[in-house]
Amino acid sequence: MTRVAYALADGAVVAKRNLIKIKRVPELLIWTLMSPIMFVLMFAYVFGGSIQVPGMNYREYLIAGIFAQTVIFGSTFTGAGLAEDMQKGVIDRFRSLPMSRSSVLIGRTASDIVYNLLSIVVMSLTGLAVGWRIQTSVPEALGGFLLLLLFAYAFSWIMAYVGLVVPSVEVVNNASFMVIFPLTFIANTFVLSENLPGPLRVFAEWNPVSAVTQAARTLFGNMPEGMPPPAAWSLRHPVLYTLLWVVIILAVFIPLSTHRYKRATTK
Amino acid sequence: MEFIIEAAGLSKRYGKVLALDGLDLAVPQGTVLGLLGPNGAGKTTAVRLLTTLLQPDSGNARIAGMDVVTDPEGVRKAIGLSGQYSAVDEYLTGYENLEMVGRLYRLGRSTSRARAHELLERFDLTDAAGRPVKTYSGGMRRRLDLAAALVAEPQVLFLDEPTTGLDPRSRMSMWHVIRELLRHGTTLLLTTQYLEEADRLADDIVVIDHGRAIARGTPDELKRQVGGERIELIVNSPDDVTAAHGALAPVATGEVIVGDDRRTLTAAVTDGAASLMAALRRLDAEGIDVHDVGLRRPTFDDVFLTLTGRAAQEALGEGGAAEETTAARDAEEVAR
Repeated sequence: MTRVAYALADGAVVAKRNLIKIKRVPELLIWTLMSPIMFVLMFAYVFGGSIQVPGMNYREYLIAGIFAQTVIFGSTFTGAGLAEDMQKGVIDRFRSLPMSRSSVLIGRTASDIVYNLLSIVVMSLTGLAVGWRIQTSVPEALGGFLLLLLFAYAFSWIMAYVGLVVPSVEVVNNASFMVIFPLTFIANTFVLSENLPGPLRVFAEWNPVSAVTQAARTLFGNMPEGMPPPAAWSLRHPVLYTLLWVVIILAVFIPLSTHRYKRATTK
Repeated sequence: MEFIIEAAGLSKRYGKVLALDGLDLAVPQGTVLGLLGPNGAGKTTAVRLLTTLLQPDSGNARIAGMDVVTDPEGVRKAIGLSGQYSAVDEYLTGYENLEMVGRLYRLGRSTSRARAHELLERFDLTDAAGRPVKTYSGGMRRRLDLAAALVAEPQVLFLDEPTTGLDPRSRMSMWHVIRELLRHGTTLLLTTQYLEEADRLADDIVVIDHGRAIARGTPDELKRQVGGERIELIVNSPDDVTAAHGALAPVATGEVIVGDDRRTLTAAVTDGAASLMAALRRLDAEGIDVHDVGLRRPTFDDVFLTLTGRAAQEALGEGGAAEETTAARDAEEVAR
């Protein structure tokens, strides 16, 4: 077997271990799946009456934004899980075994795909309940979901790095909150980015979260009708721009996190 | 002679603290080396360097001929490690833990399963095999951790303070398990704070303090170096301590040591009961009011005191470690 095959095989063993934990502590999953439901309901009913999106029902516009926000928040799961592992003795076991050095990270990010998949299912059902509908074909819709998962996967690797750098789980949660909130709000997730003031508008246009939202919206057929095409290249080619970010993030953070993991010592 | 663990000038610094200061080791195949020392002596650092968890600042080490720095993967294939803090996953069951370790040693699915069952049976964990480790007692966790270290039948086993923090009964059962292992010819490096433990399990002992080896030898050689039994005397009043010192000095083989409380005196003696009788006669003649007096065998505290001139307790500093030493004595009690 090649090195990569070993890394994937070992990663699968670690991923299985992470999934067993979700099974043993289901509360963890239940509470994290509640938040997207809450977000859908709050935005749909609290802000829904005040925010106007010309040419369509706001609830339909909103869902893709919530999808994007939720999968990004989901990536903190990766950071928190790793930070927790690093504080425990089991990481010493892993580090003393002849297993591939990157497999703990591969396993962690892989098991979080399952988690993100579950949260997308929960959100879709909640969305359907409040009136969201997919207006396009099945392949396009699947493409939308796939792109969201791919983006979430890349983002997991950023959080993996954060989880290895910070000293505790609490710090992961607080630190990521400070980054993820602006990233998911200064975007077209919940409002039209065209209405934002100057610098925020530019940020929103080139924000990868806007791109993944725009891509999902397009692929689900939830774009407002009669809107002029966006000015920014990033929003005119949201799928390509998102994929570009996915590649860049993975190219930077896989080696960075792996290097960090090798160097990290417990306690 | 062929050494399966070899280390030369192994050093590691953490900031200003020199945790390990040029440690040399040579362990022949199939023997047990006890690395004995107080908390903070560098025992765990030595194990972490030898098991590739840490990189040395200088010096080198080879396990089964493989260099820990240049061939860590090779070393990891040859070793098993069980630490003071049990390195098992608490959300997984005992069986799942062992099966996972087998898979990560790349033993394959069916071998990993068979090995997990076999080890659970051997370590008396079959009944608890299906329960998450969270529900295990401290002793059960240690046994599972040791089982995990044995999954791939390593050539060299490292046990870092395998009984620290265990109650006397669990300590005894751990000693039993380790002795069973040794019958199969495993090479073992064991760290411990307890002379009793090193004495029972090790062929050779290296005493370390401040990251440096301060004594080496077989348990018997070390004990001979430390001297035989001790007279331990407690006088009623600190005022009598000088007179008591004078009474003990003629029968002592070394210096008579006065405790911090100014009431306890310890003297190494050669003739045991005869020396005690002689000392008692002198104390009686001087009219010294004795609170308690007795003979006891040398402990790690004595070894340490003899070698370094300071008490192990002082070296430990922390109250927690002192409790652990008490636990070791309890275990000794049970053993008799």
